[in-house]
Amino acid sequence: MNTSIILLLLLVLAAFSYFFGRKRALAVSNGNRGVNKLHSLPGYYGNLVVVWCLLPSLIALMLWSFFSPTFISQNVISSLPAEIQNADPTKVNLFMNRVESMAKAGAIDPTTDPAQQEAARRYMELQANSNLIKAVLVFAIAGLGMFWAFRKIAPNYRARNQVEKVIVGIMIFCASIAIVTTLGIILSVLFESLRFFQTIPLTEFLFGTHWSPQTAIRTDQVGGSGSFGAIPLFAGTLLISVIALAIAVPVGLMSAIYLSEYASKRVRAWVKPGLEILAGIPTVVYGFFAALTVAPFIRTIGESIGLTVASESALAAGLVMGVMIIPFMSSLSDDVINAVPQAMRDGSYGMGATRSETIKQVILPAALPGIVGAFLLAASRAIGETMIVVMAAGLSANLTANPLEAVTTVTVQIVTLLTGDQEFDSPKTLAAFALGLTLFVLTLILNIFALRIVRKYREQYE
Amino acid sequence: MNTVALTNDTMPLPTAKDVSAASSKDQPLDIQTIVEELKQASQPVGVPFLDDPKFYTRDVDVFYNQAKQAIFGVDLDIGKNEVIAMIGPSGCGKSTFLRCLNRMNDTIDGCKVTGQLLLDGEDIYGKDQDPVLLRARVGMVFQKPNPFPKSIYDNVAYGPRIHGLTTNRSELDDIVEDSLKKAGLFNEVKDRLQSPGTGLSGGQQQRLCIARAIAVSPEVILMDEPTSALDPIATATIEELIDELRQSFTICIVTHSMQQAARISQRTAYFHLGYLVEVNKTNTVFTNPQHRLTENYITGRFG
Repeated sequence: MNTSIILLLLLVLAAFSYFFGRKRALAVSNGNRGVNKLHSLPGYYGNLVVVWCLLPSLIALMLWSFFSPTFISQNVISSLPAEIQNADPTKVNLFMNRVESMAKAGAIDPTTDPAQQEAARRYMELQANSNLIKAVLVFAIAGLGMFWAFRKIAPNYRARNQVEKVIVGIMIFCASIAIVTTLGIILSVLFESLRFFQTIPLTEFLFGTHWSPQTAIRTDQVGGSGSFGAIPLFAGTLLISVIALAIAVPVGLMSAIYLSEYASKRVRAWVKPGLEILAGIPTVVYGFFAALTVAPFIRTIGESIGLTVASESALAAGLVMGVMIIPFMSSLSDDVINAVPQAMRDGSYGMGATRSETIKQVILPAALPGIVGAFLLAASRAIGETMIVVMAAGLSANLTANPLEAVTTVTVQIVTLLTGDQEFDSPKTLAAFALGLTLFVLTLILNIFALRIVRKYREQYE
Repeated sequence: MNTVALTNDTMPLPTAKDVSAASSKDQPLDIQTIVEELKQASQPVGVPFLDDPKFYTRDVDVFYNQAKQAIFGVDLDIGKNEVIAMIGPSGCGKSTFLRCLNRMNDTIDGCKVTGQLLLDGEDIYGKDQDPVLLRARVGMVFQKPNPFPKSIYDNVAYGPRIHGLTTNRSELDDIVEDSLKKAGLFNEVKDRLQSPGTGLSGGQQQRLCIARAIAVSPEVILMDEPTSALDPIATATIEELIDELRQSFTICIVTHSMQQAARISQRTAYFHLGYLVEVNKTNTVFTNPQHRLTENYITGRFG
C-alpha cells in the first residue's frame, strides 16, 4: 500500500471520526435538547476526534517514510557479500544506486551481476514488508487515537479548549517555518563564506576596488590570478538602485496620492489595476525592453548632445527598474493613505485646510510608517533585481559614478559565478556566498535604519 | 414643494408599524400620513425666522447619489451668538443639514445641495465662495474626538499656521495658549504641550478639538454630537464650555440628548424624516411643543 492511498484512507477515516465524534457528543448529552449541557459545541468534539485520529498517525507516517529507506539500505548492504561490503565507499554507493533503481522499476535485469540481482530482490522484499508495516502501524495509531478521543467525550469534557490548543500549535508551527528557513539560509551562506574568507582576506573582499573573479586552472596561466574586491559591485548596485528609486519613489508616491485623494471612484477603478499590471510583467521582459529599446534610445540621445554613452548603461537599467517598482510604491502607499481615518481629513477640512495642506500636514505624516515600508520593499526589489541588470547594464565591474557607463551589480555577479560548470571549493564559486552574505547584512542594516526612522517620526492616530 | 416620494427603503427610519404602535394611545400615526402632512406644511411650526440672522436658509434640499433625498425644504434662520440645538431621531437629516452650513458635504461623493443658504447675506454655495475660506469662518467639532497625530501644541497651531494668521513664534504661542484656555484645557496640559494629542483622555481630546477649532477665530462653531463619545463628567465640562463660548461665537449643535439641548441651547430645532418640523425657543419646545411629532419625541414616545 503506498503513501498516497494511506493518506486518502486516513482522510476518509477522519471524516468518519468527525461524524461519530459529533454524534457521540449529541448522544451523551441526550439528544439535541441537551446540547446546552455540553461544555463545547458538538462540532468541537468531532474535531477533537479528528485531531486524535490524524495527528499521531500522520507523525508516524512521516517518521516511517523518512527513516525506512536508510534502514532498508543498511540492511541490504550488511547482507551483501563481504568483498563488495569492504570495497571503496563510492563503489558501494554506486552499487546501491543500481540496486535501488532496479528495485524501484520493479523489474530485475537478468543480465546484471547476480549479487546485484540478489540485493535488488532483497531490497524489494524489505520494501514490501516496510510498506505493509507502515500501513498497519499508521492505521493502528489512527484507530487507537480515534478510540481514545471517542472514549473521552463527556458533557463536561472541554473539547473546545483542546481543539483551540491544537490550532494554536499548528499556527506556531507555520510561523516557525519561515524563521527556521531564514536561519538555515543564513547558516549555510555563513559557513560557505567563512571558507571563502580563508582563501581571500576579508579586507581585500570588502575594500578591494578590483573585481575579476577568474581563478587559474594552472598556476602559470596568463591573467590567472583572480581578484575579489567587491567595492565595484556594491557601487554598481547602489548606482542602479538609486536611479531606480529616484524614478519610482516620486512617481509612485504622487500616483498614490492622486489615486487616494483626488481621483474619482471610476478613475481609480481603472487606474489602480492598470498600475498593478506593471507588477505582473516578468522581469525578463523588462530586461529586453531595457536592453533593446531604452538603452539604444539613451545612447542616441546622449550622442546627439555629444556624450559618450556605453551601449549598456546603468541609466538604462535603472530607468526601467524604476518603472518596474512603481507599482510597489504606489499600490502600498495608496493602501496606507486610504487607511488613514476619514476623521483626520474631516478634522483638517473642517478647519479650512485645503486638500494639499491636509495631505502634506496630516495624511502623509500619519501614513509615514506604511510609506517607509513601501519604500523598503521597493528598495529591496531594486537591490535584488538581476534580470534587467544582466541584460541592460552588462557584466563589467566598473567602479564609476557615471550612469552612462556599464556597471554590474552584486546579484548579477552571483548569477554569473554560479551558472555553468563549477567546483564548490574554488574561491570563484565561494565568492558568491560571500557576496550573498554581505548583501544580506547590508539590507538588514537598511531595514533596522528605516525602522529607527519610522519610530522617530511616526504619528500614531490610534 | 417636494416631488420626491419618500419610501421606507430610502432612509433608515422607524417603520410605520413602530411609529403607530408607539403612539396608538393618542392618535393613529402612520408614516404615510406623517410624510403627507410634513409635505403640506409650507414652513416649520414655531419661530423659524429671525431679524438679522447669521445663517439664512430657505428651501434646502440635500440629495445623496440623486435617488436618495436626505433633507426636504428646510427653512431656518440661525441668530448671532445663539446656541441652537438640532434634535431628532437618527437619520432625520440634522447632521446633514449641519454639514451644509460649512460645505463639509462637499467631501462626500454624490452629495448635492440645492436651495438658498446665506452666511451674513453671502451665498454659501455661490460660485465665488471658497469652501476653504468659508470653513475658516465656520469651524466644526465632530462626534468622535479626532485630534491629529501631532503634539498638543501643533494640533492647536495647525489652523493658525495654514491660514498664515501669524508669522512669529511668540504670537503663535499666545494664540495656542489663549485657545487652550478658552477650551478650558490649558491648566491640564500646560506642562506637556509637546506630548501627543492622541495621548489625552476622550474628554480632553474633544476639548483639544474645540481649542483647535477656535484657534482660527471662526464666527460659528458647528458641533456634531460633540459629547456622545464622552462620559457624563467630560460632557458637563464641555457643556459649561459651550455656554462660555456663546459670548464670542454662534454655535450650532446636533445632539441626541434632549437634556443637553435643554441645558445649553437658546433655540431648538426638531427634525423628522428629513423635514424641519418645529423651531422655537428651547424652553417653549420642551414645555409646550406645538407639533405632535415634537411632542411624541420629547416625551419619549418614539425616537
